[in-house]
Amino acid sequence: MATTLRTKTKKTKAAASSSPAKWVGQPIRRKEEDRLVRGKGIFVDDQKLMGMLHIRFVRSSYGHAKITRLDVSKAAALPGVVCTLTGAEVKSMVKPFIEIGPDAGQKIADYPMAVDKVVFQGEPVAAVVAETRLIAEDAAELVEVEYEPLPPVLTAEEALKDASLVHPEMGTNRNWHGVFEYGNIEKAFQQAAHVVHIGRLHFHRFSSTPLENNAVIAVWDSRSERIEYWSNNSFPSFAAQFLSPALGVGIDQILMKSFDIGGGFGIKITNYPYMAVCALASRKTGGRPIKWAETRTEHMQASAHGNERTFFDTRVALDKNGVITAIDSRHVDDCGAYPRYEPLGCVIWAQVLPGAYRVKNVRIDVNQVVTNKCPVGPNRGYSRMQQLWFIERILDICGHTLGVSNDEMRLRNYIRKEEMPYTTPNGCVYDSGDYAGMLALGKKLIGWDDWKKKQAAARKEGRWIGMGIGSTLDSGTNNFGQAQIINNFAPFSGQSKAANVKLDIYGEVVVSLGSVPQGQGHETTAAQVVADVLGISPDLVKVKPGFDTEQNVYTGHTGTYASQFAVTGLSAIHGAAVKLCNEISRLAAWALKGKEKDLEFAIGAQGPEVRDRRTKKSINYWGLANLVNVNNAGMPETLWDVTLNCRHVYHAPFQVPDVKRKYGNLTLTYAAQIHVAVIEVDRETFQPKILAYACVDDCGRTINPRIVEGQVHGCTAHGIGAALMENCAYDSDGNLMASTFSDYTPITAMNMPDLLYGHMESPSPFSYNGAKGMGEGGAAPVHTVCAALQDALYSSGVIIDDSHNTGDSIFRALQRAGSGGFASMVRVEHPRPSR
Amino acid sequence: MSAAENILVRIRVNGEAREALVEPRTLLVDFLRENLNLTGTHIGCDTTYCGACTVLLNGRTVKSCTLFAPMADGGEITTVEGLSTDGALHPVQNAFAECHGLQCGFCTPGLLLSTIHLLKKNPKPSEKQIRKAIAGNTCRCTGYQNILKAIRMAAGEMGKP
Repeated sequence: MATTLRTKTKKTKAAASSSPAKWVGQPIRRKEEDRLVRGKGIFVDDQKLMGMLHIRFVRSSYGHAKITRLDVSKAAALPGVVCTLTGAEVKSMVKPFIEIGPDAGQKIADYPMAVDKVVFQGEPVAAVVAETRLIAEDAAELVEVEYEPLPPVLTAEEALKDASLVHPEMGTNRNWHGVFEYGNIEKAFQQAAHVVHIGRLHFHRFSSTPLENNAVIAVWDSRSERIEYWSNNSFPSFAAQFLSPALGVGIDQILMKSFDIGGGFGIKITNYPYMAVCALASRKTGGRPIKWAETRTEHMQASAHGNERTFFDTRVALDKNGVITAIDSRHVDDCGAYPRYEPLGCVIWAQVLPGAYRVKNVRIDVNQVVTNKCPVGPNRGYSRMQQLWFIERILDICGHTLGVSNDEMRLRNYIRKEEMPYTTPNGCVYDSGDYAGMLALGKKLIGWDDWKKKQAAARKEGRWIGMGIGSTLDSGTNNFGQAQIINNFAPFSGQSKAANVKLDIYGEVVVSLGSVPQGQGHETTAAQVVADVLGISPDLVKVKPGFDTEQNVYTGHTGTYASQFAVTGLSAIHGAAVKLCNEISRLAAWALKGKEKDLEFAIGAQGPEVRDRRTKKSINYWGLANLVNVNNAGMPETLWDVTLNCRHVYHAPFQVPDVKRKYGNLTLTYAAQIHVAVIEVDRETFQPKILAYACVDDCGRTINPRIVEGQVHGCTAHGIGAALMENCAYDSDGNLMASTFSDYTPITAMNMPDLLYGHMESPSPFSYNGAKGMGEGGAAPVHTVCAALQDALYSSGVIIDDSHNTGDSIFRALQRAGSGGFASMVRVEHPRPSR
Repeated sequence: MSAAENILVRIRVNGEAREALVEPRTLLVDFLRENLNLTGTHIGCDTTYCGACTVLLNGRTVKSCTLFAPMADGGEITTVEGLSTDGALHPVQNAFAECHGLQCGFCTPGLLLSTIHLLKKNPKPSEKQIRKAIAGNTCRCTGYQNILKAIRMAAGEMGKP
């Protein structure tokens, strides 16, 4: 069946002679642009509903404290206030959210509002609901809360000590522990020519901070007994599976809708606790719509941050050529106050366990701890970027220590093009890629050899110029089976996406996306795919913006996350379009009294049509849709299954991993980015400045090159911002130091360098279209910037041990280096000196 | 906290006389969005950093989250909704769309107005002048590369005789 369809599709394409042979692969202008440049996007906060009320949260000013008194009476008395909610009241209305992790983590009672004590700054302790936003804000100020501060737990080291407990019911701060061990570690270390010991490395907290904050409108109408959400949550199926048991309603009673979303980058996956409170407020006010539009400070303090990770006791075995043969290390991931999407991050990093390298023997002991900081959530490059940064630090530290240049170090260790598909030590299958080729292109783009000369000359003048390389894998289309490595009772695995393509009553081609786009251009790429199948132009394909449960195009995996739309989303759309194409063909053969084999898809005087090559008769899409929907008397029974309304679910070909061995394929595709940077550190101010920056990406077959390039630009900006500016650091009392944009300083046009962009295509053998998901980008610049900084400062004794570097931290690193800090950071042994 | 008396704010917005009775503390951005239903102007940071709320007041860019509506009383405001003429995109809008100078589109209205202001003052801006002109507009999606390209394209288009 599938083969026949493919043939038909080919004929179709040939018939559309007036347009380019294939829309897929063309850099067409996005369908989304027109409404967005007119300011006609519809974001959640742009909506007003009849009788709508506004909710405002009262939030903890402490990171860790007992609530000793909470009084909402003055707030409740303010004219215009409709109701208040306290943590105790919320507790009586809901069940705690489900916990994904096993053991101690199962004991956490995660309510959407603090009940007896607060565990992070910004945690909601009460809410007020009022007729206007301003009244709600005034009323929130009238809520009286008294606290008794408790010692905050703020670092991995403190958390592991269990001296102060974030959740006493857990009995520990350790949320998850597991050892990932592959190959023969001890043998590899015994046989090593060099063993490099590396001290504490630290990957800092940051967030992609989408420009649109979280926002929700909730209606829990007692008449319909259903909860309608208009939100910017980017993983609605996940949110619904958390909300349903907490609120005690069936999933079918929870309707999720999104339209335009002002960026997400993963951070909006975990806004469901606020969605829960908004529903409760709606119920309490007799079903009135409740709007919550988060402020930026609320977003910074209490939405979600990316995972912070600390790496201890790292040992690296190398052979005499500088080829890494084994890595042994202990990682502690800090998930903040509540796990929520965690501890999934404790396995997701293993999608890229060896990075881009051939190392076979790996042992990583993983702990995850809870701390008195904002809960983490999946953040662009989620959990893999920490591992990639760790591996890239190893490459640079070992390279510098052994005197092997950073490009040579990579070439000696990269997985080779001819080894693809490559199975990693933990059973992941890298589908395709040519890392050495990408590096060569990156070096060419930036003018590596010229810069080497300039660097040497500058060094003679005493200037600090460094050249760095970052090798990044953007693993896409995750296998949820990896959750069973975290908790073998976790009832999920695989990956799937749904989509719908139909001819509507007047013959319009209409696509319902089973995704939740936030700027990635899904409407456009979907239209490109459908246009190719039907032999029409993307302009004739209407794609409904956003996600809507009521369009029935979802599975339990539905959302936009894990770099996958080009594979999963487009496969679903393609499958639905092919089904539609097949139905059109059967219907047209009957309508034209011809045979399917003689039909061709074409554009006629009245729009898209199907033509009989033999008889020259034709019927357009309106005519076909009319026959099925409005004018269907006399249709033969053999065509009653033709609805011209075709749903398709794509299933990624996954198995459940071997949970005991922690072994199996965790992701379907591996896009790659190799970045190269030249950075100078000012001798006076210690400020780093990027002098040149090149990025090379390979995401398999490209659907729309301008969208791909735009995604690469965007993830590069996030990475550069994270590496040099953005930091969700806390002071010793548990106060977030960057609770506004003025403190967090997201990167602007003033400090974003020009990017040199290169592109290669290694088609994936595992997707129908050869595409790989992309867009997260694995925080490539964080690795690259750190590599360049170390290259600039290594001769001054500096090892870059943190992912966040500023003039201030570089100054301190140089001071430490001067006082023997280097020796405590890196130690080399030569158990089997090279012969 | 006792409510001050509401005051009448009259502003010409996109060429039309508009007015509303509002609390004196009403921010200009809320006046535009809530009272006039012009939701193309967005709120991103609340603290004058991100520029999603940028509009033109008497021909100059202002961050409408940092002005009270009464401060604009009697003034002329242009928002993103006022940029196209008879449905045709303004050259700056077209350049952003053509260069893929936006992804989620949340920052775009503010950037369009900053660009229009720049090109009015300085039809042939240098790279540095362009970057400076949009320094107060944060975009979290594009890494600014295609925004800079769009502004260069718009300058070229608008400079044509």
